[in-house]
Amino acid sequence: MKVVKASDWQAVCRLSDLVENAGVCALMDDEQVAIFYLPGETPRLYAIGNRDPIGNANVLSRGIVGDVNGELVVASPLYKQHFSLTTGQCLEDDAVSIPVYEIALDGDVVKLGK
Amino acid sequence: MATQNIVVVGNGMVGHHYVDQLLQSGLDVAITVIGAEPRPAYDRVHLSEFFAGKKPEELALTTREFYQQNGVKAHFGDAVQEILRDEKAVVTEGGRRFDYDKLVLATGSYPFVPPIPGSSHQRCLTYRTIDDLGAIKSAAQGSKVGVVVGGGLLGLECANALKNLGMETHVVEFAPGLMGVQLDEGGSRMLRRKIEALDVTVHTSTATQDIVPGEDCKLRMNFADDKFLETDMIVFSAGIRPFDQLGRNAGLEIGARGGIVVDYHCRTTDENIFAIGECASLGNFIYGLVAPGYRMAEVAVSQLGSDKKVFKGADMSTKLKLLGVDVGSIGDAHGKGEGSTSYVFSDERAEVYKRINVSSDGKTLLGAVLVGDCDDYDTLLQYFLNGIELPDNPETLILPSVEGGAPQLGPAALPMAATVCSCHNVSKGSIVEAIDGGCCSLGDVKASTRASTGCGGCSALLKSVVDYELEARGVSVDKSICEHFPFTRQEIFHICKVENLRSFDELLAGHGTGRGCDICKPAVASILASLWNDYILNDKTAGLQDTNDRFLANMQKDGTYSVVPRVAGGEITPDKLIVLGEVAKKYNLYTKITGGQRIDLFGAHMGDLPAIWKELVDAGFETGHAYGKALRTVKSCVGSTWCRYGVQDSVSMAIYVENRYKGLRSPHKIKSAVSGCTRECAEAQSKDFGVIATENGWNLYVCGNGGMKPRHADLFATDLDDETLIRYVDRFLMFYVRTADRLQRTSVWLENLEGGLDYLREVVIDDKLGICAELEAQMAAVVGTYQCEWKTTIEDPEKAKRFRQFVNAPDEKDDNVIFVEERGQIRPARDDERDDIIAKSA
Ligand code: SRM
Ligand SMILES: Cc1cc2nc3c(=O)[nH]c(=O)nc-3n(C[C@H](O)[C@H](O)[C@H](O)COP(=O)(O)OP(=O)(O)OC[C@H]3O[C@@H](n4cnc5c(N)ncnc54)[C@H](O)[C@@H]3O)c2cc1C
Ligand code: SF4
Ligand code: FES
Repeated sequence: MKVVKASDWQAVCRLSDLVENAGVCALMDDEQVAIFYLPGETPRLYAIGNRDPIGNANVLSRGIVGDVNGELVVASPLYKQHFSLTTGQCLEDDAVSIPVYEIALDGDVVKLGK
Repeated sequence: MATQNIVVVGNGMVGHHYVDQLLQSGLDVAITVIGAEPRPAYDRVHLSEFFAGKKPEELALTTREFYQQNGVKAHFGDAVQEILRDEKAVVTEGGRRFDYDKLVLATGSYPFVPPIPGSSHQRCLTYRTIDDLGAIKSAAQGSKVGVVVGGGLLGLECANALKNLGMETHVVEFAPGLMGVQLDEGGSRMLRRKIEALDVTVHTSTATQDIVPGEDCKLRMNFADDKFLETDMIVFSAGIRPFDQLGRNAGLEIGARGGIVVDYHCRTTDENIFAIGECASLGNFIYGLVAPGYRMAEVAVSQLGSDKKVFKGADMSTKLKLLGVDVGSIGDAHGKGEGSTSYVFSDERAEVYKRINVSSDGKTLLGAVLVGDCDDYDTLLQYFLNGIELPDNPETLILPSVEGGAPQLGPAALPMAATVCSCHNVSKGSIVEAIDGGCCSLGDVKASTRASTGCGGCSALLKSVVDYELEARGVSVDKSICEHFPFTRQEIFHICKVENLRSFDELLAGHGTGRGCDICKPAVASILASLWNDYILNDKTAGLQDTNDRFLANMQKDGTYSVVPRVAGGEITPDKLIVLGEVAKKYNLYTKITGGQRIDLFGAHMGDLPAIWKELVDAGFETGHAYGKALRTVKSCVGSTWCRYGVQDSVSMAIYVENRYKGLRSPHKIKSAVSGCTRECAEAQSKDFGVIATENGWNLYVCGNGGMKPRHADLFATDLDDETLIRYVDRFLMFYVRTADRLQRTSVWLENLEGGLDYLREVVIDDKLGICAELEAQMAAVVGTYQCEWKTTIEDPEKAKRFRQFVNAPDEKDDNVIFVEERGQIRPARDDERDDIIAKSA
């Protein structure tokens, strides 16, 4: 698992730019980050890489979020594999995982860890 | 012992069953099959379905390949002409000779045509083989009136076929009543009444004297007293006669009423020759049903091994649907047996007739007649077959159910020996054995015992026995949609409707666990849309939608989208075509004509979707719902407007249908088509519902499917006017929307619907469940609240914002999307091309 540590934070958008119980994509330098806003959970914000390494396309922010046996996941819109929002692990294939980013809310500003 | 040569003459239902059983027995034999018909055995019992569109190959019980793979030598289209008993050989009409050690005659029977002058006219036909059906179908072309001679079981089935072919139909019966063998006088009268209500004219006690050329029609049948009937074709169904000529010529004993005499072992008077099925006569009786024939086949096979079985006769009870009327006959229907006491219930308003004949001590059931309502058949049959003691007041068995009435015989009450499936002779005991042996679903039990794979008449009983036995073993069949809801889709639909739920969260809080997932969320989104038809991307429902629905476009392999505007019926003006071309050029999109008669624009960046759709909406286009589990396309053929064969305006109808149901969210996608005549250029028979024009209106087909597992649609109703057509489609679609599983196309839904097509007709046409008004009202609500989702989206800037590729860089594009050119248009780069391009640009 690759965790990007917050050496410094980058503001990407406002809370109102996010969609409840769904994802959006933000650009951090050249990296695409999928941000999910789950108002019923603690924490409320999750950030993972936007690239689906199985479908080879930048689409994970457009997947459906939910849980599989309690694990928070997003299902890839391409071929429906599930990726953990907290660890980046692919549930269907042990060998596949994606990056997880630090994310925080500062007032109503959403910040990503760089 | 050396390998025995077994020669089977006749490859009908019973002959084939014999071969099949012999193969399964593992005995060391060489099998030769000789059939007079040009094709291998097929399902004669379901012959009539040919008229509803079944192809000969769908009726097949076996194939040449199957025989070949199993070492069976099979010869078709060459009848056996002679048995040389001394040489133990048979010779065919084509002059071929086959030697046998054991010979099996399974030549069945042929329709009896009374020797009436004129009955050999080429428009006088019979009803027994696939070739007969072909002849009936072609004679029907250009025929307005059709007559069936014979009011027995097969005659009425044939009358149904003629009626479905659109003819004014008559039944001419010599005897005073219909189905005299199976029904008593009261039952017969009720049947007649019901059939006449369906516009089939019944002439009983009527003998035809001759058949001559007609004046208004092609033929005239003259009866006694100067009465006559004009008709364009006649089908004789006046009884069957066993094909026993081979045995007769070879000197085998023949029964008084025909048929080759056999003993309990199905052996003829020559110990090396067996006779089975409808050509055999046991105790001067010919068994004209398939189940007894199958038993004979099994008995005859067993004579070659060590476990020799016997055939001592069979039950002739029958349950069937004739012209949509339920008819059942059990045991001694006429109550002729000594001491037989009968109970009769007759309701002329509901047109139901029931009678039971009971032994003088009131303890055992001797026979029964049911017309108009066969719900009690299974229970009565079990009482009859198993000699179960009747309740104190046997009449309660047939009286309309009132509180405290006689209990139906549940699966628990059946003895182990009770026959559940008579076609394949499966008892409750063998079902229990199969379950103990590891079968844990209805499907498993069917596959392992073959129960319910014949006529299908036992399917309800089989299901109740299997469910009961599984439950008794603590196996609960889990039909939950996913880990978050312990319910089926249908149950969730009802919960949302009854509790008036409008959001996933309310449903989850009240009835589910966890947070939901990519299975239940889109399913619930679809249910909410079917029920309330709100805009699908409102704040509460947007996150539930599958990606394609959420962005109102289909995601492609590289994360771009395709854009499919609706082109109802495939009709499009030149101006609109130009707009599509201009938009595609401006946004650099690949264009292709789809298989659904419209135009797909591929390769749109997510961020460009609102702008593209703004231009399309401004030019008068609407969303095509290519992304939704919703109505897709209604294909049309050009129809009577231009085509020289068209009989109705199929384009107008297709456009009307498409515009009516556009936006209807459903368990899976729905497709339709309308053809202007029987040539069927719009391929309506491969659609969820298809419409084909006739001279008199429209024929409606339902539950077809192209795709992975093609299924021909079933003919549902004929010659409908515009209004009735739409009313049936409204009801059909809403019933499907309410009751299907998630992602279940109409084809699979129907295959799983208990009661099948007949039940569907009862619900949609006869309003058996009394829900049609509600179904229509719900459809009216959906039709009345239609909105173009793209129009709503582009008009609301907050919604349009959601299509930004990046929240923090709205104008950037996904740099992973790389196109190359092919045949003058873009396409996504392949991996190697992409690496190349990235390397070059770096
Ligand atoms: C574009 C098109 C192919 C084409 O270039 O012609 C197409 C494209 C797709 N089809 Fe199709 N189908 C298209 C006509 C058909 C047809 C022909 C027809 O409708 O007359 C069939 C067979 C008829 C039928 O459905 O019974 C067809 C049977 C399928 C199936 C199999 C369905 C089944 O029941 O077996 C799928 C998979 C599914 O739905 O689960 C599918 C799924 C798809 C998807 C949605 C697959 C996907 O998830 O990416 C494709 C993407 C569409 C897109 O991006 O716009 N498509 N697809 C056709 C669009 C028609 C339209 O105008 O809307
Ligand atoms: C329209 C219709 C509906 C029916 N519905 C039902 C129903 O609901 N339930 C039910 O139980 N039964 C029903 N039956 C009856 C059932 O189909 C028969 O009982 C069953 O087919 C008998 O099987 P069989 O093999 O004995 O005869 P068949 O199926 O008639 O097969 C005999 C075969 O032998 C061939 N043959 C004859 N002579 C020769 C020869 N010399 N050489 C080579 N081949 C020869 C014939 O061409 C034929 O193919 C129905 C029949 C019809 C026609
Ligand atoms: S289905 Fe009939 S009317 Fe339609 S185009 Fe074909 S031939 Fe013409
Ligand atoms: S009774 Fe005919 S299939 Fe079971």
